[in-house]
This record gives sequence, C-alpha cells and structure tokens, in this order.
Amino acid sequence: MDLENQQRIKDLTDKYGKDNLVVVLGGGEAEACGLAAETVSTGDPTFAGPLAGVQLGLKAYHMFELKDEVDPAVYDEQISMMEMVLDKDAINKEVQEYRG
Amino acid sequence: MTFPVLKGTAYTLVHTPDILVHEGKLQESEMRNSPDSDYLKAIPDHLRSFEDVVGYGPNQAYIGNIHPRDLNNIEKPWYEHPLENASTEGKFGSIMSEDMFYGCLKAVDMFELVVLDASFQEKIAKKVKEDPVIGKYWVTLDKLTENPSSVDEIKSLIEEKDAKPLYLDNELVGCIKRAHEFDAALTSDVMFENLVSKASGAYALAELFAKNDLEPDDVDYLIECSEEGCGDMFQRAGGNYAKSIGEICGCVNATGSDTRSFCAAPAHSMVEASALVQAGVYSNVVVLAGGSSAKLGMNGKDHVKKDQPLIEDCLGAFAIHVGENDGKSPVIRTDIVGKHKIGSGAAPQAIMQAIVADPLEHAGLSIKDVDVFSAEMQNPEITVPAGAGDIPSANYKMIAALGIMKKVFARSELNEVVERIGMPGFVPTQGHIPSGVPFLGHAIEMIENGDIHRTMIIGKGSLFLGRLTNLFDGISFIVEANDGHVEDDSVDKDTIRQMIAESMKQFADSLK
Repeated sequence: MDLENQQRIKDLTDKYGKDNLVVVLGGGEAEACGLAAETVSTGDPTFAGPLAGVQLGLKAYHMFELKDEVDPAVYDEQISMMEMVLDKDAINKEVQEYRG
Repeated sequence: MTFPVLKGTAYTLVHTPDILVHEGKLQESEMRNSPDSDYLKAIPDHLRSFEDVVGYGPNQAYIGNIHPRDLNNIEKPWYEHPLENASTEGKFGSIMSEDMFYGCLKAVDMFELVVLDASFQEKIAKKVKEDPVIGKYWVTLDKLTENPSSVDEIKSLIEEKDAKPLYLDNELVGCIKRAHEFDAALTSDVMFENLVSKASGAYALAELFAKNDLEPDDVDYLIECSEEGCGDMFQRAGGNYAKSIGEICGCVNATGSDTRSFCAAPAHSMVEASALVQAGVYSNVVVLAGGSSAKLGMNGKDHVKKDQPLIEDCLGAFAIHVGENDGKSPVIRTDIVGKHKIGSGAAPQAIMQAIVADPLEHAGLSIKDVDVFSAEMQNPEITVPAGAGDIPSANYKMIAALGIMKKVFARSELNEVVERIGMPGFVPTQGHIPSGVPFLGHAIEMIENGDIHRTMIIGKGSLFLGRLTNLFDGISFIVEANDGHVEDDSVDKDTIRQMIAESMKQFADSLK
C-alpha cells in the first residue's frame, strides 16, 4: 500500500480510534486487495511504510462485500460493470482472510 | 467535412540497464535509504543483456516486427522465449544500446552538462555519427567532440559537485552535471531526466523521418507529451521540450509546445494535432515523446521477489505524423472524440461511458462498430507480478461489459468480445508511452490492408499523482479507413452571399 495512504490511515486511527473505523477497498486485484487489508490489520508486510510493525487491527471490506448496504440504483450505476469484469469471489475471499 | 490523416509513426526503445540501476527512482531511493538491502544485492543477477532485450517479443511488437496479437503464439513467460533472429531494426523504429545512447545524450546537450571520458567519447562519437538514422537527421553532432574529460575529473564532479554518474557495464564513463548551484528545478537529478527524455524523443523523431515520407523542414508544429517538466525555480515546468527536440533534427520551419496530462497526454495531443491540421493552421504536425529514466525498474522489487528479470529496462519513445487528407492514409475522426469531463465522475463505469460509449452514441455508432480498441497497453509481464493485474485485458473486459450493459453483446459473449476487440499488452511501463498510441503503427497497416475498418485509441491519466485534484482523466479518438474523399464540401461565406444575392434577385424579378 502507498506509503502516504498508510500514514493517513494511521493518523485517522489515532484521531478516531480503531473501533470507529472500517476500511473500504475498491481495488481490482485480489492479491493487492489482500495486501491492503493485511496492512491495515496486522501491519505493512513489506516493512516499507509507516504501518511496518504497527497492528492497527482495522477491518477492511471490499466494496463488493457491501452491496447490500448501499442504494441498489447507485450500486448499479457505479459498480455493476466492474462486477462483471473483476474476479469478485477471489477478491472477497482474500480480503475476508484478514478480518479474522 | 474533410478529416486530417495519420500519415506515419515511429517507435523506438533504448536498453538502459545501468541507468535502471543508478537513476531508476526505486533503486535510487533504496540506495539512499537501505544501501545494504537484499533487493540491491539481487539486481545484477536480474539484469538482461542487449540480445535478450532485442529478442523479447513485446519489444519486437513495439518496433513493428511482429503484431501484438502474435504474442498470443509465444509461450509464456515471454522473457524465457525470445524470438530467434530478432533484429534491432523494425518496420516502425529500432532498439538502441546504452553506449550509443550516452553519445546521444552528449549530442543533444546545449549547456555542457554531459561530460564523457575522452576515450569513450571518441569511440562513441564515431558510432553515433555513422548511425544511418541519427547520423543523417541530427544536426547537432558537433557536440560530440566538445569538452572531453577524464575519469578523475568525472569522479570529482560526482563527489564534489553532485553530478549524476553514467556507467556502462558498471564502469564509469561520464556524468551529468547540475545546471545551477542551488536551483531545485535544475539539479543534476532533474537535468538527467530531462536530457534522457529529450535525447530519446529526438531519436524517435529521427526514426519518423527515416521511416516515412516526411522531411524535417516540412514539419510545421511539434507537440511533446511526456510526463517530465523543464524550467528553472521561477517557472518549474515552463517548457519547451518540443522545440528543443525539433532543433536536434533540424525542423527549422517548426514551432511547438508541450502538452501534459499524465498518461492521457498523447491522446490529448493527437486530438490537438488533428484539430490544428483540420482547421488549416498547420499542414504537418508531429506528436512525440521521449522516455522516462525515473520509471526504469519501477516494479523491480516484485520482479526480483518472483525471480524474473528486471524487464523495465528500456526507455520508450514515439513520434506520430498527422497531416492533411491525402485520400489514402487513415483519417482521424475529429467529430468522434470522447472526453472524460470534470463532471463525469471517477467510477470506472462513468469513465468508460464518457470516453467510449458517449462519443460513439453521439455519432450514431455503438461499441460493435469499432473493430479494435487500444487503451493502456502495458506489458502484463511487468504489471501482473507487481499486483496491478493485466491492464489491457481489464480495459477490454470493461469495454465488453459496457457493451453487455447496453445490450450490444450478450453476457455469454464477454470473453469472445475481449478476444475480438483486443490484443495483449506489449509496451514498457513508461507512463505516457503505453497509453493507446503505440498501436497506431499497427493500426495504419491493418486499416490499409483492409483487416479492420475502425479503431478507437484511448488515453487515461491518473491526475491525483500531482496532488492538485482527485479527478481522473481520459480522452479517446477514432481512426478509420479513408474513403478517398479529400475535398471539403462545406460552403464558404462568398458562396452563401452569392446564393442570397441570386435568391433576392429572383424574388425581385418575381415582383415585376
């Protein structure tokens, strides 16, 4: 995950507390989404950014997993095309793994 | 309405393994922050030879010796299955070695910033001057005999004056100096990137003249569309690369300017070039860009982790000639331009609607009416191991999915459509270089051979990288077969005046 975004997420967690935050991912590739979910939960596995060795314990969800939480018309307009294109099951599975 | 035409293209690559090691931004940061890192230690074992680079299928597709679709017939990974008897010379351009490129850097340097060891300089000056393309079209080759230096002097410039080293097979042969003592816009880092971009752009422009029916003094306007910025601290990206590159090739009748929009800039520039020609402002416009040293080895850590060679080891460059309708070259349909508007929204669906569906629907066409699309043509062997996926394939799937949503295709057809409208990615990840336009050379051939009628070229840009806006950017244009119609049917003002006068006369006569 981008080093700058790691810092932003760390700052937000410091400000609001981990119980008041979830991370919503919109990535298009399972491995990259898993990496992001891992970074915000157990720390940056590449040990390159501000979250290296920092366990924020945040829960990450991919937008595909939140389909039932949003207005179906908005979902259809914004996401449905990508649902056809991306490997939704692989992405969801990968992200779920880091929520314990 | 008569349209401008796509008259010719040139595509060039420069193999630069030593620049990758020392000036690629990832490697440079690693040297600064973790000089003992395992990645840096692993680099030498993962560099490719010039022969490997020449034989690499995607590179042969870029310079035009094979079609990108031919990559489907080469066993993967492509880097383990080089083409036999591959040539540095292609239909659309060529591949240059690093030693030759250092000579080119010297030949484009107007401010004595490139310093070469005297014996290397003498040897390489000869090679550059004897090159059938550079030697013929570059008019600044006298620079190759100026201010030869010694390795000792080069070392002291690096140690004491912050110069950036030029290595060849790990041996120090030169350096690039800073252009000002404390101006952050003229550091040796910045000058290195700018001279690399200029020299590689001038190489592509020379190839455009060599491979097409266009002479340097026929060019009226140059549009440069890389992602670099040149200027000093008071005007950090003031420009102008375009004129500086045209000067190298003796385009004495041309002026020019730079267009910027990250990776979308080449497509913007093509639309601008087409408009300038169609409006009659200029007859011959060249859109061009050199390569980026910063991006060399950009995904190197992932490549080393997966034990594959560092295949981001080439600078890419291109030059494209847009001219007046000649009745045979493919036309650029300036009436079908797709644009991602400020109000379009950033969801992929909104982007594809704006740049793919909207312009076609406006012209009474559908996705089905476009034979081949070319969007972000990054080589998947570079991006997949880095977790970015197969970008061309993702674009084709998005276009097909959009077609399905619009009921142009059946859902079951998705994979078949992707196959039909697409091709594998074949272009190095040099930012603006893979963005749509590398297909234009092949497109001219396919259209003129009657293999396809129409193609859509798409440029997409990530503007958030500049930290000024979160807006996305995208633009598309259509190239299609020329129907041979070159006359402008539109009526001019004098004709209208005459028609009105005649009508009034008839009306007056009727009152008599």
